Amino acid sequence: MFFISQAHAESFMPPVASTFGDAFNSLYSFLVISSLIACVLVIGGFIYFAIKYRRQSENDKTAYITHNNLLEFTWSFIPFVIFMVVFAWGWIIYNDMRSFPEDALEVHVMGQKWNWNFIYKSGKESVEEMVVPVNKPVKLIITSKDVLHSFYVPAFRVKQDAIPGRYTALGFTATKKGNFQVFCAEYCGDAHSSMLAKVRVVSQDEYEQWLRQGDPYEGMSLAEVGQKIFSQRCVACHNATDQAKVGPGFKGLWQSQRTFAKAEGLVADENYIRESILNPAAKIVAGYEGRVMTSFAGQLDEKELSGIIEYLKTLK
Amino acid sequence: MSATTTHDSSKNYINHESGILSWLTTLDHKRIGLLYMWTVLTFFAIGGFYAMLIRTELFTAGKTIVDAGTYNQFMTFHGAIMVFMVIIPGVPAFLGNFVLPLQLGAKDVAFPRVNLLSWYCLIVGAAIALCSLFYNGADTGWTFYTPYSIDTDNGTVWLVLGAFVMGFSSILTGLNFIATVHKLRAPGMTFFRMPLFVWGLYSTAVLQVLATPVLGITLLLLAAERILGIGIFDPDLGGDPVLFQHFFWFYSHPAVYIMILPAMGIVSELITAFSRKTIFGYKAIAFSSIGIAAVSFFVWGHHMFVSGQSEVAGIVFSFITMLVGVPTAIKTFNWVATMFQGSVRFDAPLLFAMGFLFLFTIGGVTGIFLAVTAMDVHFHDTYFVVAHFHYVMVGGTLMAIMGGLYYWFPKMFGRMVSDFWARITFLLIFIGFNVTFFPQFILGAMGMPRRYYDYLPAYESLNKISTIGAWTIGTGFLIALGVIIYAMKKGEKASDNPWGAKTLEWQTSSPPPHENFINDPVVTAGPYEYR
Repeated sequence: MFFISQAHAESFMPPVASTFGDAFNSLYSFLVISSLIACVLVIGGFIYFAIKYRRQSENDKTAYITHNNLLEFTWSFIPFVIFMVVFAWGWIIYNDMRSFPEDALEVHVMGQKWNWNFIYKSGKESVEEMVVPVNKPVKLIITSKDVLHSFYVPAFRVKQDAIPGRYTALGFTATKKGNFQVFCAEYCGDAHSSMLAKVRVVSQDEYEQWLRQGDPYEGMSLAEVGQKIFSQRCVACHNATDQAKVGPGFKGLWQSQRTFAKAEGLVADENYIRESILNPAAKIVAGYEGRVMTSFAGQLDEKELSGIIEYLKTLK
Repeated sequence: MSATTTHDSSKNYINHESGILSWLTTLDHKRIGLLYMWTVLTFFAIGGFYAMLIRTELFTAGKTIVDAGTYNQFMTFHGAIMVFMVIIPGVPAFLGNFVLPLQLGAKDVAFPRVNLLSWYCLIVGAAIALCSLFYNGADTGWTFYTPYSIDTDNGTVWLVLGAFVMGFSSILTGLNFIATVHKLRAPGMTFFRMPLFVWGLYSTAVLQVLATPVLGITLLLLAAERILGIGIFDPDLGGDPVLFQHFFWFYSHPAVYIMILPAMGIVSELITAFSRKTIFGYKAIAFSSIGIAAVSFFVWGHHMFVSGQSEVAGIVFSFITMLVGVPTAIKTFNWVATMFQGSVRFDAPLLFAMGFLFLFTIGGVTGIFLAVTAMDVHFHDTYFVVAHFHYVMVGGTLMAIMGGLYYWFPKMFGRMVSDFWARITFLLIFIGFNVTFFPQFILGAMGMPRRYYDYLPAYESLNKISTIGAWTIGTGFLIALGVIIYAMKKGEKASDNPWGAKTLEWQTSSPPPHENFINDPVVTAGPYEYR
């Protein structure tokens, strides 16, 4: 939906943008190298033996070697030691990931089908974009409104499931400014792969300035307000063209005749759009049965609802 | 250890009786094995077709052939069919049923009627599962995670109940094998004279009997929750969705060993037979099977490092998972050592066994990446996991099934598979497999989550390569199907022991008579006495 230049890997690994990144990459390199050695030994070993001892004649006699306890011990003990090293190494990094400093900036994160919502202590809310200051420990308090989701930032090497009815936590300290991709990593339905967001890492000053911005819609017309909300909350499932996505496309929706799976048809007007946002299950467009949209009741104020209606009127 | 055959050699278990009814009511473990073969092959074709659809959809970012909802059904049916209807019954119920009594020198399994019942459980369970297609299908993924599986369409209930019924098939087969191994070994067949395939099946059987009931109960609770509205897993009703994951993986982690342990048994047979050399470290391999089976019950939490389970639990599960790595490494090293100073012949079954060693080693070491807590936080639910378990389950188990099928084919049908064509299928499957799944390790490391219908443009080139690989595998398996069917009808006649192997099944005729052995075998030595 939006292309974020630093969000994903241009090479084999995402860029490092949190304090865990370097520790992670060191352990990862260690694992890759020791795995390569193990693979060369095992795979090279059996290919070498197979070719060197290939059958010369059908009367070949083979050595009768049943076992060797010293060998068995050696090739059990060496892997065991390596496993214990990587286990302990991983534990140390993991322990770091799961320790949250007292002064961490806390942000509430709520996943829902199919958006990420961020709520700050000041009461400021943000959708699809989380703004945090650079070099400042952040603690996310994560929950979900409907099904399981998972908050995943590859550049930070962190991931945590969002569980309805429960809070989970995730901590990181961003070390680089820029935009970083957020994925939903726990399967959550039709628009699972569109449940994207970004973390924007900025300086402390910019962060505070952003936090103070009161009205995010200042100077915007109602249709512009609607367009902004549409691009944040609706595009996971709806196109602004007449192409269907998870739900119907919206081009030409206004004043068109709608036919429903179970209810009587009607012409799309303000009341219909409002109801579809706040109580989506009331009327399901024919052909979209079984696709449940999450209600946005309580998440959009009157101005925002009006904005969406005005925006949809412009999609002709 | 041989039983001389002086009977009418035109009579065998296949022409012992005729007519479709004689097959559907047969109590002969060999015939039941063949019933399983056709069943598993059919489901494999369906599951494989879904795999092709999945990869074709992912050929380009955005919509390629279907919409997101349909894609999610593809990936659900691919996973559920391949796990519950192909890989779980694939080795024990198909190859195990045919080979186990023969290798033990027994006339049949301990409970022939239960054996037939277990096949019917699979068929009925599969039929129930496929009913979901008439109720909007299912789109939960094969893991049925709550609360998504509670909210979504009704087809899920059918799929869940189908998996529940199929579980009984697995339990009954396991029960049968345990009883058979304990009670029906031929005179002189001590535990340490049993072939390693039997050891693999025996450890698997223990897992099937102990773990599968937990899945059954869990799926029943899920169905009860959906039908009766009891709040067990749904937070809206006071339930706990993470509890479902604990229950589910308590079965499903041992289940991956149900899939791999007997495959390891096949590989032990193939490597020793085609190296014409006694196995290196018989007891080490046998006990490592039991060791893996025992420890596998205590590692389920490694699927849940980021699920919200406690950090302490995560650390403990990570530690125990490392312990499973050790017996697995032991097996691998022993197989390699068996080839040392052997007399290795590169028939198609050995190529598949070597393919297994190659792919399983990669699957194994990447498993260690995922067992390390801090690594898994990044890799969990990405394509890295998808690549890892396909390397183990397809690169491991399916390679072993193919090798085992080509190896025991002469015994099953009295005919040989064309070695040339069998090698062609190996090459296509092996190369195609690596082209498909190796790029997925990189995709996962780059951060592409699994179960994604659509992906960012940066992931497109690797996805294209992966899809081309999948088509190559598909071609390989299609050719393999043709090769097998041709060999059944027109293959060269097989001798009783075409590979010069030492285990008991090669001492009887090909195909074996109805009662397996004309004269009851008496065992006086170990299974791999190549001197």
